[in-house]
Amino acid sequence: MSEFELIAEIRHKSGIADPEGSTILRALPALGFEEISNVSVGKAIRFAVSASNASEAVAKGEELCKRLLANPVLESFKVSVIS
Amino acid sequence: MASDVGIVVFPGTNCEFDVLEAIDASGANGHLLWHGESFVPKYDSVVLAGGFAHGDYLRPGAIARFSKIMEGISKFGADGGKIVGICNGFQILTEAGLLPGALQKNRGLTFICEKVNLEVTSDKSCFTKAISPGTVVTLPINHFSGNYTNENVDELEANGQVVLRYCDNPNGSVNSIAGIRNDRGNIVGLMPHPERAISEITGGSDGLLFWKSLLET
Amino acid sequence: MDIALHQSLGLTDDEFELIHEIQGREPNDLELAMYSVMWSEHCSYKSSRIHLKRLPTKGERVLVGPGENAGVIDAGDGVAVAIRMESHNHPSAIEPAQGAATGAGGILRDIFTMGARPIAIMDPLYVGPLDNPRQRYLLEGIVRGISSYGNSVGVPTVGGELHVENCYSGNPLVNVLCVGVLPTERLVLGKASGVGNLALLLGSSTGRDGIGGVSVLASAAFDSSNNDEAKLPSVQVGDPFEEKRLIEACLELLDSGLVVGIQDLGGAGITCATSETASRAGLGMDVDVNAIIRREPNMSPVEVMTSESQERMLAIVTPENLEMAQKICDKWEVRSSVIGHVTACEKSVGRLRVFDGFGGQLLADVPASSLAEDAPLYDRDKMKPLNFDEDLKRFDPMERIESTKSHFRDELLSLVMNPSWIYRQYDHQLFLNTIKSPGTGAALLRLHAPGVKSTKKAIALTTDGNPGWCAIDPHYGTVLTTIEAATNIAIVGANPEAVVNCLNLGNPEHKEVMWQLSSIVDGLSEGCDLLGVPVVGGNVSLYNAHNGKDIDPTPVIGMIGISEDYSAKVPDPILAARPPDSSSSLDPDNKGGQYSLFLIGGPDPFTASSKTKFQLGGSRWGRQIHELHGGYLPEINRDEIPYQIELLKTLATSGNIVGWQDIGDGGMALAIAEMVIAGGNGHVGATISEMPAYALWSELPGRVVASIANTKVSQVMSLANSKGTPIYNVGQVGGDYLVFEGFGKIGVTELTQYWNVSLSSKIFA
Repeated sequence: MSEFELIAEIRHKSGIADPEGSTILRALPALGFEEISNVSVGKAIRFAVSASNASEAVAKGEELCKRLLANPVLESFKVSVIS
Repeated sequence: MASDVGIVVFPGTNCEFDVLEAIDASGANGHLLWHGESFVPKYDSVVLAGGFAHGDYLRPGAIARFSKIMEGISKFGADGGKIVGICNGFQILTEAGLLPGALQKNRGLTFICEKVNLEVTSDKSCFTKAISPGTVVTLPINHFSGNYTNENVDELEANGQVVLRYCDNPNGSVNSIAGIRNDRGNIVGLMPHPERAISEITGGSDGLLFWKSLLET
Repeated sequence: MDIALHQSLGLTDDEFELIHEIQGREPNDLELAMYSVMWSEHCSYKSSRIHLKRLPTKGERVLVGPGENAGVIDAGDGVAVAIRMESHNHPSAIEPAQGAATGAGGILRDIFTMGARPIAIMDPLYVGPLDNPRQRYLLEGIVRGISSYGNSVGVPTVGGELHVENCYSGNPLVNVLCVGVLPTERLVLGKASGVGNLALLLGSSTGRDGIGGVSVLASAAFDSSNNDEAKLPSVQVGDPFEEKRLIEACLELLDSGLVVGIQDLGGAGITCATSETASRAGLGMDVDVNAIIRREPNMSPVEVMTSESQERMLAIVTPENLEMAQKICDKWEVRSSVIGHVTACEKSVGRLRVFDGFGGQLLADVPASSLAEDAPLYDRDKMKPLNFDEDLKRFDPMERIESTKSHFRDELLSLVMNPSWIYRQYDHQLFLNTIKSPGTGAALLRLHAPGVKSTKKAIALTTDGNPGWCAIDPHYGTVLTTIEAATNIAIVGANPEAVVNCLNLGNPEHKEVMWQLSSIVDGLSEGCDLLGVPVVGGNVSLYNAHNGKDIDPTPVIGMIGISEDYSAKVPDPILAARPPDSSSSLDPDNKGGQYSLFLIGGPDPFTASSKTKFQLGGSRWGRQIHELHGGYLPEINRDEIPYQIELLKTLATSGNIVGWQDIGDGGMALAIAEMVIAGGNGHVGATISEMPAYALWSELPGRVVASIANTKVSQVMSLANSKGTPIYNVGQVGGDYLVFEGFGKIGVTELTQYWNVSLSSKIFA
């Protein structure tokens, strides 16, 4: 077993309204960022997992996302290994 | 025999005493139930009160649904027991999968505490059965995440599961939905606070209609 | 040249000498650090204490006066009310949301420390003009901080004020008032009595946040040369969920009688809590610095002892009760650890000793009371500013009064402001107590809280500040502010009972600031004596300045009143009532002119000889529209005021008043405009008889404008006469316009639409 540091990126599923993302987007023209689009606000959560290999660690991380960290009604997630 | 109502208290819940007062004012007995205990199904109904269970950290309701008491409450609901989730309680019920959809941040990205007008759209629920559909009531709302979202909202509407609708949508909820029920009508969730509208001196008494509905056997 | 350690900690050479003398030896670094935080201005009130001693603090209802964590008054029926007010100005200037949030958190702890359940918060806010994006950022952040913390911790925010003035641009003021309710027998004081009893630290772990907050932030002036970011480590981060559990755990501990004393950890952290509790009991305390749970590795004893990490409490328990007490903490998921024990005096001195592990090395050893009580008191030089009287004369807005004739309508519109953008972000209803909501003057609440016996009573709360008045005459301006507060209390039917205050001032090393402080204390004493109301607590916030320029002196008065019957209906600030059977339209009869408008109190507005009593110095009209900060203050009649307040209280519950509003900012003109607006749907207007313009803009306090049914006028008149209070018919209610005869008119709909967006449009500009 070794320890893997993971990051779960949690974002709004496509089609779900994202009030924070839209608010940021609306503010951008006033700041001169006209070329920015598709802003979406989510969360990034870091944690460490003991597992025998990276894919097992990711699988455990995905299970955690499914059960707790993300709300499947609103959010999708992606788990990746940082180290 | 006066009805006995269990009121679930999580760390961070703060409306439990107000619900207790509303139930008392309606002639029933309220009992506070600690989240870390097992649920004993000896109550006529259960209320998940508002507040900020577990600080609303991660997402409102996300952590509360894993509390020990929730297992028994889910079973109580599956057996047809009456469950009402108000505000944070509604958020917990959706997180626990006892009601469909989810509540996300208000469209305006601010907390809103104000009185709103609502239309009761169904009397086929344990919390609205004494109110004629079409009745307009005034209740306070008090939330940051009350923006009801559901990809299958058409199905919800077709089933008549919407029980309460904002007259003037304050938070971006789909179809102005303020409260819903499950298919059987024994589980209800709503963002407005009927326990805050039980006396004219503090701003209105329309909430009493909801408590009457719940406490009628 | 290197500066000495004591200087870098903010201690003067003389203070260092004094510590040396107390210790009888060279103090070590930890001891010096402990003295530096405890002797900071914020903790010791060393510049203000000699003045504060002059305040009247005695009263029949006073159970606990100034000097404790909170003042407590006896409300009767076995119920007491704890009240406190504090500032969190400097932290909010640096990080508005966290600064304001932790301000709310800190004052809640002061209240539940006394055994009271906090039931209400109020927030007077002072910021710079909102056309500046920085000011919008500050206001938005401050409101978000209060909202996110107060709502989550489960204490409603029931009122406050917003003042917008240039002098706060570099240094906003965030004051917080908190009220709690307790069964009188649960009253506890922060005392570590009983040798051998244990000191149990509850709540959050101890981190590096907030180290030196009191000496760095609260006790030194800002200037733009040392940038705000360098100060960031001193800003604490609030955790309302931790605080909520802490409230419930502490109240359960107190209810179960398991604690001997309890004290919150605020400025100066563990050093303050241990030395104050020991000193109050006349005993000592041994502390193991290693027993304190830390958030970060490698924290030095100095950091641990002076950290201002939030959401921590110190409880004193007997060894027998420790297990039970910890069990309650566990239930609420509140961390608890024994960090010390109470010790006997040595040669009649209680000593605070800090050890590296019990039985380990002694790291600090100081007389406990010397930290808490022996800070030097300074009678700093004071001086009325040069050219003060000449400037008042030069910048007198009364000189411009003729100009209002042609601009009246625009001037009135520029003064209306709808504060609902702020208070709709606050839960202002929790506990079902709120009878009068925010935005309508004083808050009126049922005197009721979970775990406390129900009563029929209500409490009224208000916060009032008027930097305009106090800049012109800090003494008399404070008297007027006190009267304004009492008026707000009386018009919701309550009797003024006690005062708390926040005296927000500039740099005390400036003689002019000390003159302001001393004058304000005298003014507060005079105002309280006039009203027969004691001061039960206060806070002095100094060093509110930016780039060397001090803010206008800003004493903020918090006042609490008690009403015997919460179910007694009191008037709203409206012109005409709605019939009970309709929520949307006014009684059509109201438009027939059956209600008249009366001015209650003060000189005759129609008589030219009253002009000098209606002075405009410090008025919003003068300051905001003409940017004139001089002039003279309006004149109260000291003999009439107590009776006038009594009359208003009586009238409030008499059923003879349809609606009323006190005359404050913006004078009678704005008061009437606000009554039109507050009418809601189906507004009704009014016609105001022609009078001199100064009578419309004057802010002479203690007066109200009231809408009275013509059938009730004679009753009100005779009541007023019996108290010797003058009353004048100033207009008629009705119509679709607000008409000021001789000045112009505004459509009721237009006025309301303007008001609706008056603040939010500025915030989102």
